[in-house]
Amino acid sequence: MKAEKRAKKPKGGDKIKKRFVDDSLVDEPKIRMKRRKFQPDRNLETKTLLKFAHAKTSDEIKKSQPSAMKKNAGDEEEAEDKPLLQPPEVESKKLEKYSRGEGVRVRSYKSKTFKRRIANKEKKIQFSTEEAARNEILMTETSGFLESEGYEETSKIRQKQIIKAVDVTSATKHFELNLEFGPYRIDYTRNGRHLLLGGRQGHVAAFDWVSKKLMCEINVMEDVLDLKWLHTENMFATAQKEWVFIYDNEGTEIHCVKQMHKILRLEYLPYHFLLASASETGHLNWLDVSVGKTIAGFQTRMGRLTHMAQNNYNGTIALGHPTGVVTLWSPMVKEPLAKMLCQKTAIMSMATDPAGKYIASCGMDRNINIWDIRAMKPMQSYRVTGVPTSLSISQRGCLAAGNGDIVQLYKDCITVPADGPYMTFKCKQWTVRQVQFCPYEDVLGIGAERGFSSILVPGSGEPNFDSYEHNPFRTKAQRKEAEVKALLEKVPAELITLDPLAITEVDIPSLHDKLEAQKKLLYMRPPKIDFNPRRKNKKGGGIQAAKTRQILREEAKKDFIKLIKKNKPDMLVPVGGNKVQQHAEPPSVLDRFKAKPKKKNQIAI
Amino acid sequence: MRPSIYNILLVGGVVLLAVGQVPASDEKGDYSHCEKFSGYFMKYNVCAKGRYLVDEEAVKFVLEIDNQKYFDKHISVTSLPGKHSKTQIFTMKVKMLCRNPDQYIRETKNDLHKMQRNYDPDLHPLEAPREYKQALNAVKLERVFAKPFLCCLDGHRDGVTCVAKHPERLSTVASGSYNGEVIIWNLASRKEVARIKAHEGSVKGMTFDPSGENLITCGDDKTIKIWNTDSDDCKEHKASSIIVCTNSIFSISHSRDSKTFVTGGEVVQLWDGVKVIPDVTTHWGVDPIHCVQFNPVETSLIGACSSDRSVIIYDTRQATPVRKLTMKMKANKMCWNPMEAFNFTAASEDYNLYSFDCRNLSKPLVMHVGHTSAVIDVDYCPTGNEFVSGSYDKTIRIYESHKTTSREVYHTKRMQRLTCVAYTHDSRYIISGSDEMNLRLWKAIAWQKQGVIKPREKAALEYNNSLKEKFMTHPQIKRIANHRQVPRHIFNAAKEHKIIYQKIKRKEFNRKAHSKPGTVHIKASKLKAIVKEDE
Repeated sequence: MKAEKRAKKPKGGDKIKKRFVDDSLVDEPKIRMKRRKFQPDRNLETKTLLKFAHAKTSDEIKKSQPSAMKKNAGDEEEAEDKPLLQPPEVESKKLEKYSRGEGVRVRSYKSKTFKRRIANKEKKIQFSTEEAARNEILMTETSGFLESEGYEETSKIRQKQIIKAVDVTSATKHFELNLEFGPYRIDYTRNGRHLLLGGRQGHVAAFDWVSKKLMCEINVMEDVLDLKWLHTENMFATAQKEWVFIYDNEGTEIHCVKQMHKILRLEYLPYHFLLASASETGHLNWLDVSVGKTIAGFQTRMGRLTHMAQNNYNGTIALGHPTGVVTLWSPMVKEPLAKMLCQKTAIMSMATDPAGKYIASCGMDRNINIWDIRAMKPMQSYRVTGVPTSLSISQRGCLAAGNGDIVQLYKDCITVPADGPYMTFKCKQWTVRQVQFCPYEDVLGIGAERGFSSILVPGSGEPNFDSYEHNPFRTKAQRKEAEVKALLEKVPAELITLDPLAITEVDIPSLHDKLEAQKKLLYMRPPKIDFNPRRKNKKGGGIQAAKTRQILREEAKKDFIKLIKKNKPDMLVPVGGNKVQQHAEPPSVLDRFKAKPKKKNQIAI
Repeated sequence: MRPSIYNILLVGGVVLLAVGQVPASDEKGDYSHCEKFSGYFMKYNVCAKGRYLVDEEAVKFVLEIDNQKYFDKHISVTSLPGKHSKTQIFTMKVKMLCRNPDQYIRETKNDLHKMQRNYDPDLHPLEAPREYKQALNAVKLERVFAKPFLCCLDGHRDGVTCVAKHPERLSTVASGSYNGEVIIWNLASRKEVARIKAHEGSVKGMTFDPSGENLITCGDDKTIKIWNTDSDDCKEHKASSIIVCTNSIFSISHSRDSKTFVTGGEVVQLWDGVKVIPDVTTHWGVDPIHCVQFNPVETSLIGACSSDRSVIIYDTRQATPVRKLTMKMKANKMCWNPMEAFNFTAASEDYNLYSFDCRNLSKPLVMHVGHTSAVIDVDYCPTGNEFVSGSYDKTIRIYESHKTTSREVYHTKRMQRLTCVAYTHDSRYIISGSDEMNLRLWKAIAWQKQGVIKPREKAALEYNNSLKEKFMTHPQIKRIANHRQVPRHIFNAAKEHKIIYQKIKRKEFNRKAHSKPGTVHIKASKLKAIVKEDE
């Protein structure tokens, strides 16, 4: 009996395999290719599943018919189908990607109903995470790549060779523009469809770079220091010699923003509708472009602000300073939210990654340091030849560094150290001034001294976009609708904080807050009592009333002192008090160098 | 022979990697030996000066690959033996991201747009602040669309006293007035179907029998009249049967599953549908009963409100009443919860409503506060989650059955003191009758859209609802969601009641503080309304 079973197992496996291949022939070729790639694994899986199925069925048969254990073909078919109908388990790595963090510990709740409610909620969250991970199977595009089969280094491949190998559409994405009014600053729209070029000498051009359709080309007759697309491809802002100007897609000047004076760098926060600017004099300014009102503007006291980037994760603005410090700013706080000493020398260039997790900066000492912004800790450090004057990180973690007329690209260099450059490119338009990856495309835009070049970087862009977020193929009607929706959902500037999830958390006062509140108590005055006793018999009573008032006031003062004593923190016990002496360390010779305790702390009530 | 290494052909969006010169020489264009391949294959020569030329061996090699049927990575050109040692060949795979617009753009204008989804959290930054803003918008929109008043049904020539819902037809409702007229309405067309001069004096109570054929009314003239609403007789003011009673009757209620109905007046009487004499006559105390209600689930239970401030529970299976609860103030009306058969809510004269478990009447489950005058009528939603109450303060309030405060308050400038309210059987509408001769129709959820809701709209509404739920504890959102504009007299009265309540609380606290510990016990507000429970 057993022998028969064994003989049957591989048979079943073969059947499935055959059917599998037949199915794949019907399918689209790409999917088929994928399947073929994973075929050995899948087969293994089906085999193991089959084993399980056999065991189950045989058990069942044993239960129902202990004497006759014959299996017919029909039974086997059923057994094969059952396990295959179950949804496949999602890889834990994928789940991690879509996870919104660790769940709540249900056990920590006391109330039964609350426990159940939380457990249900957790279940829903887990389900949604799984579904999101499963959705990956529906994504049609796969990312590009450039891989060597042997010992060959990818960095030695030239653009020409790539262009020759790839299809015509992709080849047209490589182009060069020789322009005279440089050096050029560039900006891609968020969906990667449109490109903005701004020459220092006043040349501004906006175009659909995919179809190469020019939207406008103007000469603003002034220095153009930086420029940025606003929320749609219908408007852009330029930082000119004196002020910031806003133009529409036909090059008509719409606004002159005089609150922004002598601006060097611009950033646009799309979800907040804020145009942030950093000025020559160290001013940082946020302008709400939907209503034209300055949200905040203040002096950073950090000198000339030449390096600016936005953090997509939380909407803060990162500034790079000549001291090697990178500061993060929110419009609501006049001090930096965070200061990181990213470099030992002056920062020469800086870039954040599109997810807002990492920041790359380069100093005079030719070190590119990559930091995790959320955890505030260094990730990688690379020594490069030459000082890159511009950096950019792509959606899939490709780092571009422009240095002189050379652009070097590093792949997978953030979480794990990269061995060497992934690609290199020599720019024909002289010195590279700005590099920027085009979102959702395998393209890097290079703004240089004498023009612009767009180069192909396979594997840099995110292959699958979300149409509700950024859609390169969106129509005019869709754009209009998205614009209205975005305006309705404009995130208030008050919500720009280091931790964007803070709003979903329970507002529990921290220890620091509690201590601050307790400290405040020391400076509080007893409440004023304004008491006019009712005069019941309408006679005289002036003295009596004054007495009552006095009594009440004294009572209130007593209560107040009682309250303060009750809330008095232990930390505020006088320095000479017993508690401190008990915990004091044995005296040492070096004690004389310690800061003397301040007299201010010796407050006692 | 100088064949090209590869021909890359684009055929119908599928990349075919043609090998060697074979496809070119094959006139029939048979590409069966070619392999479908997701990327492109590039071959180049690093050390050679020009392009690498493929000679016969190389083709041979290529054909070898061909014979393998699909491309095998491990067999590379570098591993070829022999003459190629001088000119080293490397292979490199390259693929660029290239989207076919046809897959992303709709074909015709009549099609829906093709929407791609990618749920990667990195592509959706600022999730929490954006959701918060969306929740804020949703809750604001909810207030914008909160237009609960649907229509006013006028036709009565005197104030409305009672309404009765048809048990089987959603759109049929009967209403009685102080002048003895009964009007049967069609809510869908908002028109009256029949007008009956039913009683001399006012109509006191009305009820439909379970089939909905007969409407039973009772009035000031000490008669019970049964009307066949489907026949034309009732339009000619001809009752199908009349029962003349010896004492006045104030309220009537029909059992849901049998022919019996109960009347409350000076005594409580149980009637069989056909008989002229009551089956059972019973009473507890001397004061008249102004409200009787059959329990819709436990159909032998009857609840009654008496003028001596008591709520009495009767059971048809036994001769004497079961329980009696005496409250501090009179209960104007009581209504059984249609889902939890043992629970009922009583509308009290002391501006509050009290929900009870009929097994333990000494302690109310919930005290529902909010009205600023006596509560006249209460009716449960068929789901049992909510009930509606009408008050003498000219407002209607909707309460969730386990919550203290009201979810919603409805009022209009013209609506006067409420006399009756009813929740329709589909739990979507509320009917209210008031002193000033009008019947009004309201939406149960003030912001709900009427009519057909398309799937996308429905999905959006559901999404907004879950967002509202998620952020409901945020002060800003809570404030907007809970704010209701009320008429000045309500606002002032509520303020006054708050002061009174605080005064009572303060006094209690002071009394406790200045008495010997343990001598003063503060009672919960809901327990204060209860005087005693008799069995």
